[in-house]
Amino acid sequence: MPVKIELGRRYRFSASHRLHSERLSEAENVRAFGKCANPYGHGHNYVLEVSVSGEVDPATGMIANLADLDGFVEREVLDAFDHHSLNEDVPAFRNVVPTTENLCIEIYQRLRKFPNATLERVRVQETTNNSFEYAGENGRERL
Amino acid sequence: MVLITRKIEFSASHLYHNPALSAEENRRVFGKCNNPHGHGHNYTLEVTVAGDPDPVTGMVLDLKELKEILEREVMQRMDHRFLNYEVAELKGKIPTCENIARVIWELLDPKITQGKLHRVRLYESADLFADCYRNGAAC
Repeated sequence: MPVKIELGRRYRFSASHRLHSERLSEAENVRAFGKCANPYGHGHNYVLEVSVSGEVDPATGMIANLADLDGFVEREVLDAFDHHSLNEDVPAFRNVVPTTENLCIEIYQRLRKFPNATLERVRVQETTNNSFEYAGENGRERL
Repeated sequence: MVLITRKIEFSASHLYHNPALSAEENRRVFGKCNNPHGHGHNYTLEVTVAGDPDPVTGMVLDLKELKEILEREVMQRMDHRFLNYEVAELKGKIPTCENIARVIWELLDPKITQGKLHRVRLYESADLFADCYRNGAAC
């Protein structure tokens, strides 16, 4: 196959978080995280971009049926994150700071099990000015 | 190496229908994209070319030339057309984002002689797109 084709899909979710580490003193937390360490947290409208690859099925013209991908992302990520507190409601962030870097890794791990195509990478936009991408532990060449 | 990207927009109609499937199967697989008279989108195409800037001009390629290639190969073929019926390269294929991106790659790749085609990204809407790369190349 001379070309490689990926399907990209965008989703949105809104969630709150607080950047704060138990391993740092209060002063160190404020130095490291600034206002993101404010005690009651704050929120963002996140944009999640999911890219998958695979053979394009000649019968459908598709790498994966969008309804299948949408349903999987909804169950694995959106239901768990949308309108939730990442710190309080997502077990993975009990002891891990919910930066968008760590959020990317958590989402990648949840979505890598998608059965109908290969997950290439996830990109999470925290605000319109910053975004983060992850393609797995050995995923450098997929970024 | 530097990547340079040019964006164009075109509007076209299409429908998803596989004559090898029954009417019910077409409906189940393609949903409302199977509506018989078709529907349309404003497509956004991003074409990325990789190369080293020419030491004299400072350019990877002449953007005006790329603009003309995109006009000739994509706009004239697809803009304000019904993709199923009017684009020969899509005959017999379901005109999904994946297949259209691939056809655009195959049209552009031989025409781009300054630098090398690196990526074709076709947005059907802000939330759905397909990327086409040369197989084996780092993305």
